[in-house]
Amino acid sequence: MIAYLLRRIFYAIPILIGVNLLTFTLFFVVNTPDDMARMQLGIKRVTPVAIEHWKQQHGYDKPLMFNRAASGPNKMTDTIFWQKSAGMFVLDFGYSDDGRNISREIQTRMGPSLAIALPTFLVGLLVYISFALLMTLFRATALDMAGVMLCVLLMSVSGLFYIIGGQFVMSKLWHLVPISGYDGGINSFKFVVVPIVIGIAGSVGSSSRWYRTIFLEEINKDYVRTARAKGLSELHVLFTHVLKNAMIPILTGVVVIIPLLFMGSLLTESFFGIPGLGSYTIDAINAQDFSVVRAMVFLGSLLYIVGLILTDVSYTIVDPRVRLS
Amino acid sequence: MNFVPAILWSDALVFLLLVAASAIAWYVRQHEHLLLPWRRVAQNATAMVSLLVLSLFLIVGLLDSLHYRAALPQKNSGATVYSPEVLSVFDKLVEPLRTHTEKTYSAPLAVMLYAKETSTDAQGNVQRDYPRLRYGGARLTDVGQRDGDVAWRGLVGGLVGLLAGGLVVLGFRGRLTHFNMPHRPLLIATLIISTLLGITFSLATVYHLLGTDKVGQDVLYLALKSIRTGLIIGTVTTLVTLPLALLFGIAAGYFRGWIDDVIQYIYTVLSSIPSVLLIAAAVLMMQVIIDTHPQWFDTAASRADLRLVFLCLILGVTSWTGLCRLLRGETLKLREMEYIQAAQAFGVSSLRILARHIMPNVMHIVLISLVMDFSALVLAEAVLSYVGVGVDPSMNSFGTMINAARLEMGRDPMVWWALSAAFGFMLVLVLAANLFADAVRDAFDPRLNRT
Repeated sequence: MIAYLLRRIFYAIPILIGVNLLTFTLFFVVNTPDDMARMQLGIKRVTPVAIEHWKQQHGYDKPLMFNRAASGPNKMTDTIFWQKSAGMFVLDFGYSDDGRNISREIQTRMGPSLAIALPTFLVGLLVYISFALLMTLFRATALDMAGVMLCVLLMSVSGLFYIIGGQFVMSKLWHLVPISGYDGGINSFKFVVVPIVIGIAGSVGSSSRWYRTIFLEEINKDYVRTARAKGLSELHVLFTHVLKNAMIPILTGVVVIIPLLFMGSLLTESFFGIPGLGSYTIDAINAQDFSVVRAMVFLGSLLYIVGLILTDVSYTIVDPRVRLS
Repeated sequence: MNFVPAILWSDALVFLLLVAASAIAWYVRQHEHLLLPWRRVAQNATAMVSLLVLSLFLIVGLLDSLHYRAALPQKNSGATVYSPEVLSVFDKLVEPLRTHTEKTYSAPLAVMLYAKETSTDAQGNVQRDYPRLRYGGARLTDVGQRDGDVAWRGLVGGLVGLLAGGLVVLGFRGRLTHFNMPHRPLLIATLIISTLLGITFSLATVYHLLGTDKVGQDVLYLALKSIRTGLIIGTVTTLVTLPLALLFGIAAGYFRGWIDDVIQYIYTVLSSIPSVLLIAAAVLMMQVIIDTHPQWFDTAASRADLRLVFLCLILGVTSWTGLCRLLRGETLKLREMEYIQAAQAFGVSSLRILARHIMPNVMHIVLISLVMDFSALVLAEAVLSYVGVGVDPSMNSFGTMINAARLEMGRDPMVWWALSAAFGFMLVLVLAANLFADAVRDAFDPRLNRT
């Protein structure tokens, strides 16, 4: 298993290099450092000198991928690509265009992101699976049909509606919580509760329906019939036998997103003014700060790969038949 | 000639898709075994009602894709000059909706403006009051008559619509039995829809049925125009997704070895990047290109349109990986089947095996995933436009409507109509698409046992 994990981690390196190459191409080859300098400096005071100065200041005054002037290995390393990418592999993301240290920024913003994403994930999972089990319990009855219809209806509503509507009803109409903002410690509760509820409501439709399909596939298998023949109650069969055996398909979809919880949610955070990584990303997109966007892309890919590896490990935990080799 | 057709890129792609879909439909009709699952879809009442709703949206979208530029009145003799404004056939059909713009907000069916204005009457007295709308209920002499007029028009419109619906139902009755379709739900749906359409027609011509927005445009018109954008995002994207996923998925599964490794590498790289960020990055780049090459576009519409096509392209490039993985898995399974091995033993070339034996047997997966993706793409457009990386801000879309209306929630009295209209239209479109997709999945999924 250790050897397997090491190999998987080793495989991650070319993927991360690929991600870097892709974002680098998107950002720097199509949009040259000169264009970036012009955009950042504004239209009025753009002189060639100013552009050169900006490029030098931000480290963009080197060739893109290959430095003919340098010698030896410097031909590869003395380039923008190397300078801007190599650090990422040791989680050093450099500085944003407004001069802040991106790694520090990520560290401080991770907390608020997790404060929303983690409860949303955990409580959400509980709600979705309970709802799906309930529908499975009453399968092929009017109750099940109503549940499925409700799910289809809920998943047809735009995610923006949940956010705008929830914010309006809970903060503006009922004055239960502040409209937006964030505070540290225990005070954060009143700021995070609405985003969490909205986050859960937003995907209850698609998730519950997905879990219901998984449970329904399990429930027609032989071991379920055996369990019933032994005289076990339907509830017992459902919660111990079916739920356990449905773990593999459930884990496939769930574990991979756990590391990504750090990234926060773009929309929720920007609507509710939560100073997390999601709103950081949106601000960077709007300000066209490519260093930050590239850092977030790299972080996202890294966490996704970690999630894939975790998924494989989790299989061995829930299913003793699975051996990683 | 007093107009010149203006074919935008997206129009061309839409009609290409339409031709392709018709060709496939014609081919399917010739082959009974291909027609069989579609017959199952046709017997599903929910699916047929959803299809009815979807086809209404489709008609609006298609009419809105026939663009032209009208000739300007000639000032001095010479070459005809065409207006820089690109209009569509749909714009022409609903011209009153497009041209009847007020000063600013007005509530649905209102006769007076949302904001008070200062005016001077004949005696020179300065008053501050809600002014009457220029078009909304302009024919009424007294504001108090509005409720009666609305009720009367709604009733007449509804009755006329019901009557027209009844005629359509009578006309198509025979055909329905022919295809063994569910009668009653379709008939009832037709009658309800035609009644609603009748009410809409009779009210929208005289009032602003869904109110007006900040610059006084009719919200109903904006919502109807947004349909085309949603449909294009949902369908044109498949033009990119399909070839990539099909080619790479089947090749990876069938050839295995290094081809498989390379393709797996590509899709792991693409799917490991958070999709919103990848889309954002690509759209930002594209915006720079568009901004630096203004000479490519002769009208503002063609610039906005190119951005839309680009967005579809980017969405396609970021979303083919899921389908590719499914196809790879299925092909891995299929290549071990006896009939494939038999074909290999007979010396059939790999390309021919792929085209004749593998491809037809993975088509159900392709179809299911395409119809399922449609609604997700329509919803994604709104989110992307909110983030600022969606369609051009000048283009009508549900996302831009929501984005503009979102800030108006804070006004008092609240301006709720534009937001509700956008969400409402989106809900109907996505719900119909979801229900139809479910029926297609049920009909095509071989895992469901049918006897």
